[in-house]
Amino acid sequence: MITREPEYFPPSSGLLGRVGRMILFYCRAVGQGTILLMHSIANLAHVFSPRSRRETIVQMYVYGIKSLGVITVVAVFTGMILALNTGIALREYNKEAHVGVAVLVSMLREMGPFMTGLILAACVGSAMAAQLGTMVVSEEIAALEIMSIDPVRFLVMPRLVAMSIMTPLLSFYTCVMGVVGGGVVAYCLLGVSWDVYIDNALRFGKVKDLYVGQLKAVIFGIIITIVSCYEGFAATHGAIGVGAATRKAVIVSFLTILVAGLLLTGLFYY
Amino acid sequence: MIKLEKVSKSFGSSVVLDNVSFEVQAGEVFVIVGPSGAGKSVTLKHMVRFMTPDDGDVFVDGVLISSAVGQELERVREKFGYLFQGGALIAWLTVMENVALPLREKTRMSDEEIRKKARHMLELVGLGEDGEKKPSEISGGMQKRAGLARAIVRNPEIVLYDEPTSGLDPVTARTIDALISRMNKELGITSVVVTHDLHSALSIGSRIAMLQDGKIVHISTPDEFIKSTNPGVRSFLEAQFITKQGVWERKSR
Repeated sequence: MITREPEYFPPSSGLLGRVGRMILFYCRAVGQGTILLMHSIANLAHVFSPRSRRETIVQMYVYGIKSLGVITVVAVFTGMILALNTGIALREYNKEAHVGVAVLVSMLREMGPFMTGLILAACVGSAMAAQLGTMVVSEEIAALEIMSIDPVRFLVMPRLVAMSIMTPLLSFYTCVMGVVGGGVVAYCLLGVSWDVYIDNALRFGKVKDLYVGQLKAVIFGIIITIVSCYEGFAATHGAIGVGAATRKAVIVSFLTILVAGLLLTGLFYY
Repeated sequence: MIKLEKVSKSFGSSVVLDNVSFEVQAGEVFVIVGPSGAGKSVTLKHMVRFMTPDDGDVFVDGVLISSAVGQELERVREKFGYLFQGGALIAWLTVMENVALPLREKTRMSDEEIRKKARHMLELVGLGEDGEKKPSEISGGMQKRAGLARAIVRNPEIVLYDEPTSGLDPVTARTIDALISRMNKELGITSVVVTHDLHSALSIGSRIAMLQDGKIVHISTPDEFIKSTNPGVRSFLEAQFITKQGVWERKSR
């Protein structure tokens, strides 16, 4: 999985050759990412060992609690923008009292997990890829292997557990803060009282929206961890390689979250 | 103990190792010298299967490590300690935690036993007072010594040293040399040292192999090495002001 051998490929000829190689590389990355995920899941039992437990809690704090500030700001403003846009449209039909349910359902189904996923991909995924990439180029990963310490068990598994727990919690927090932000706009700009706003939101909101959103968040957390760790482990060529791995981790996480979000929405609501 | 048989390795069109064969005997300090880019570190990486030869075999105690995988590879690797060029200490752990890491992860020793053993190893390499510092808070030489303490904490049979004295001042470099000799004499550890520091190679090596352009051009004891007539060896010796008499000689310019 983790190789220290530089890879060399003969230059591909023509457009077809380049596209073919790109597809092969993409398939290989998907395959190796899946193996990394399976390898991490196979090591889940070790999460109860004292060292892994401590490491997992540290990661939960670093990736979860330390992201609260930026998540709060983004969530409140997302809720405000949602309430303002839908409120203005609903006002034309004298239905602005229904802005609560529009904000709640949007946040629970899509915006909560999606915004949380994007923020974590940018803040946490980049940090993970940079950390593991630096460990690869400074031979710390090789040092673990020579000590017969599995780098996946030592590094990836605690991060996977931490992100699988923290992403849905943060997503729920994002939804709550979004609804609060929406409520502020509804009260101040649309003239909808807090009681009406909350009552309307809770009356029409469904439990399914909550659990589908939470499931999405768990899957986004897993995607961010596996993509970022994979890119970090694949880093080569010193500082430039670490920079490239970090950039790639964020981009691939973003795109994968978008595709996975669409598939999950289709699966549960289409 | 370690045997390379006709090992070849290329990266793209660049041949790094070309039909390299030699054997490291148990209990010796085997030094591989050669100019930068000669393939020294790549040779070392083949011994623990960080790299796989394109052609040829690598044996460790009769086990073909160049094709070993899974638990067999893990078993063979457990015979090794490895001192990396930069020490390769885990950045977020203290020096003491780094040294204790192999014991915590791979043994059933109690916390007290682990602490005692890690402290003993740190004292052995002269870092008894620096255990609570992070790797970034100590010098490069100290990081290498901490790396050495970690490499030997599980009593390996073989320790591989990748450029142990590079980037160090002469006094610290000789301290590291003394430590390698001490590990060999007191603990009976077989050592393979990769270096381009001939002063170090001549003072600690039981045998010295010269690697040039991916080929072994000379293997001998240090005394024979100094007297070698091989042009590659001679130019390497002369570049470091070493004469056939073994006296350090600074050439007039």
